[in-house]
Amino acid sequence: MTTTTDAEGIEPTSPGRAFRAVLWRDVYVTGGELPVFLAQVILQPLFLLFVFGKVLGTLGYTTRDYADLLFPGLLALTAVITGMQTLAFPLVAEFGWTKEIEDRLLAPMPTGLVAAEKVVFATLRSLVATLMMIPIGLVVLDSIPWDWGNFGLFAATVVLGAVLGSSLGLVLGTLVPPARINILFSLVFTPLLFTGASQYPWPSLERIRWFQVLTALNPMTYVSEGLRAALVPSVPHIRPWICLVVLVAAIAGLLSVGIRGFYRRALD
Amino acid sequence: MAIDGSPLPAATVVDLVKRYPKSAVNAVDGLSFAVEAGEVFGLLGPNGAGKTTTVGVLTTRVRPTSGSASVSGVDVTRDPVRARSQFAVVPQRNNLDRSLSIRNNLIFHAAYHGVPARERAARADELLDQFGLLERASGKPDFFSGGQAQRVMIARALMHEPRVLFLDEPTTGLDPAARLFVWDRLRELERRGVTLVLTTHDMDEAAALATRVGIMDRGRLLALDTPTALIRSLPGRSTVELATDAGGRGTDGFLAALGELPDVERVERLHPSDEDPSADAGETGLRVRLYVSGDAPLLVAPAASLLAREGRALTDVKLGTPTLEDVFIDLTGRSLR
Repeated sequence: MTTTTDAEGIEPTSPGRAFRAVLWRDVYVTGGELPVFLAQVILQPLFLLFVFGKVLGTLGYTTRDYADLLFPGLLALTAVITGMQTLAFPLVAEFGWTKEIEDRLLAPMPTGLVAAEKVVFATLRSLVATLMMIPIGLVVLDSIPWDWGNFGLFAATVVLGAVLGSSLGLVLGTLVPPARINILFSLVFTPLLFTGASQYPWPSLERIRWFQVLTALNPMTYVSEGLRAALVPSVPHIRPWICLVVLVAAIAGLLSVGIRGFYRRALD
Repeated sequence: MAIDGSPLPAATVVDLVKRYPKSAVNAVDGLSFAVEAGEVFGLLGPNGAGKTTTVGVLTTRVRPTSGSASVSGVDVTRDPVRARSQFAVVPQRNNLDRSLSIRNNLIFHAAYHGVPARERAARADELLDQFGLLERASGKPDFFSGGQAQRVMIARALMHEPRVLFLDEPTTGLDPAARLFVWDRLRELERRGVTLVLTTHDMDEAAALATRVGIMDRGRLLALDTPTALIRSLPGRSTVELATDAGGRGTDGFLAALGELPDVERVERLHPSDEDPSADAGETGLRVRLYVSGDAPLLVAPAASLLAREGRALTDVKLGTPTLEDVFIDLTGRSLR
């Protein structure tokens, strides 16, 4: 064979450009279905906030303090669940039956970057949804706990929570076969929702030791606890540095499993 | 291989082996071939022959177990990213982006491949027009028929001006009109110098489009040449197919007697399941194909009287010239379907 003169003449497209185009595709599609997006991400935490924070409080079953510790928990819930949902459900469909991800897998970029784009986009979507909970909280609860002094911790925990949810979504989206998509709801989603310390502070679980151990295994607990440390520091919480370390480790673990899963689904 | 002064092969496969996990056999089993730049290369074979896997390797979606493959001189396993900018794929089933309109399917594809924004729209409109899709450009792919989706996928593939276009069973499942439309577009591409690699289990398609045809079965390449040369390699100029009912004496003697008839170069016994799985020829019913060097019609009368002597009744006669299907049968003893 002659030298690869022909191949040298080829101007390779930069993977960064392809990455941005794929990200733009997701943003563009979301823009076209904005009401659906808002309903999908906001309804659930909105109702939780309204029923547990407002209704039960007004009826005298809970106190104002409970609404204050619930609010950071619901931010955590929104951050994690939105990231997970945004990534997992479409991914199962795209690999399973629509196959529409194929055109992006054939773009001139490493396969891992296609997975990374999924995580970046799900994180962005999750951050938008989480930040929208702040005005919603102001309207539903009249006031929300806030502490500018801890803004750094707040921001870091929200971002890590969003990345955590997205990484979890990547793992689930590549692991769950399309025929079993219901499993995501019943076996993963619901337990995740209630063992993530979003509706109760983790240290207070000392009285139910087994449940405390169980919740410690859900990485969402560290998002809830980190946000409580930032917004309601007077409530007993897991120390912030522990939260951040656990979250970074959980994200690293989930991403490495998720990206490996993505390669397995993308290539035969 | 490239000779001095000639361009690089558009695609090459060398000793390619692919075994899927949990599979007992190799899907592709030691395959080697080179596709020349500008040609229409057809991979012909039955379902399961390894055609789609071969294209999967060449298009970076299937990792080879061993051997190598390259497109436009770029090794697809070592440098998949660079390889992907060389080719485009039209897959067997609809994989259009259902969240995007037809026009945006084209435009975003170009964006993934780094086509500058100002060129994307103009190129999309040109291709939509060429493929008769302008009126439906704002529609979503969900509402498209198989033929329309196929046209969109070919148009999409052309958005980044690939050097090599891979088409996996491009007209399977299309109605005759849609099929002819796709064939016409592919011939146009050939004239424009785009290299086409297509897989098909349809001999008509291979004969109609391909400059060269590789015949594949069970992961191996059995023959590779122009359709004319492949057909010429068969014995005889024409064929006579005879079907008889049950009855008569031993089959072997009968086949030998057929071979003794004038101008018969070769006798081939066809298995009923090859032709039509639903047909039941009975235990001794027989279908044979005779390859004839002279005029086939002249053979019908002597064959009929031979049958009568053997105590068999003639139930069907078909005259024909050999096709790629006959080449496949000649190579494998089985029919393509």
